[in-house]
Amino acid sequence: MTTTETRSLVIEREMPYPPEKIWRALTQGSLIKEWLMDNDFQPEVGHKFSFRSTPVANWNGVIDSEVRIVEPNRKLSYAWVSLGLESMVVWTLVETGGGTLLRMEHSGFRSDQDAAYKGANYGWQKFIGNLDRVVAGLQ
Amino acid sequence: MVFEVKLTNANSVFRALADPTRRAIFERLASDGDQTVHALTRYAGVSQPAVSKHLTVLKRAKLVRHRRSGRETHYSAQPRALAPLVDWMNYYSRFWHDRLDRLEDLLKRMD
Repeated sequence: MTTTETRSLVIEREMPYPPEKIWRALTQGSLIKEWLMDNDFQPEVGHKFSFRSTPVANWNGVIDSEVRIVEPNRKLSYAWVSLGLESMVVWTLVETGGGTLLRMEHSGFRSDQDAAYKGANYGWQKFIGNLDRVVAGLQ
Repeated sequence: MVFEVKLTNANSVFRALADPTRRAIFERLASDGDQTVHALTRYAGVSQPAVSKHLTVLKRAKLVRHRRSGRETHYSAQPRALAPLVDWMNYYSRFWHDRLDRLEDLLKRMD
C-alpha cells in the first residue's frame, strides 16, 4: 500500500515486517547503502555524516547530514543538506497487526526562526498547503 | 540527473521562503493581490524598514514585482517563481518512491 500526500512530502507504506527489521535497514550503514546511498551513518544523536552518490555536473553527489532523533524501532530523523538547501527527513515506524506502517517525511527548510528540527515545520507545511492552488496551476 | 542542475537555481527561492515573515508577505500578495508597503507593514507586524528588506529579498528571488504609482510602491506576487519549489517536491517524491521500492526489495532478502 502506498499513500502520498501531495501537500507535503509524506510517503507511507505498510510493510509486512516487524519494526525491528525495518529499523535495521534504516540504521545499519551497510544496509542503508543497499537501498539509499553510501554513507557513514551511526545511530547516535549529533553524529555528523554524509550520503554519497555518483557526482554529476554541478553537484558533487554529497548530502551532508546530522542525526537528530534516534528512538529505536520507532523514530529516526536526520538533516538533509544538499546544494545549500537544508531539509529534514523523519522516519516513523508504527507496529500494525500484520507488520509496520512506515512513514517518511521530507520537509522543512531550516531557518533561524522556524527550525524544522524543533518540530515547528508546520509553518512550511501550511505554506505549501495554502499555496496548493497556485502550485497546481504551475503543473 | 539533470534535475540537480535545476535545483541549484532554486536556492534563492528556498532561502527567500525559509523566513516565516517573508512567507507570510508572499502568501498575502498571492492571495489578496497587489499591496503597498504600508498595507503590508500593518499586516506583517514588523517595522516598515524590515518589510522593505524582506521585499528586497523576495524581489531578488523574483517572487515579487514592484510598480511605482505616485508616492507609493505596489508589490505583486509572481507565483511562477515558485516553480523550483514544485520541482523540488516532484523530484524528491520520485526519489523517495524509488528508494522505498529498493528498501522493500532489501527487506525481502533480509533474514
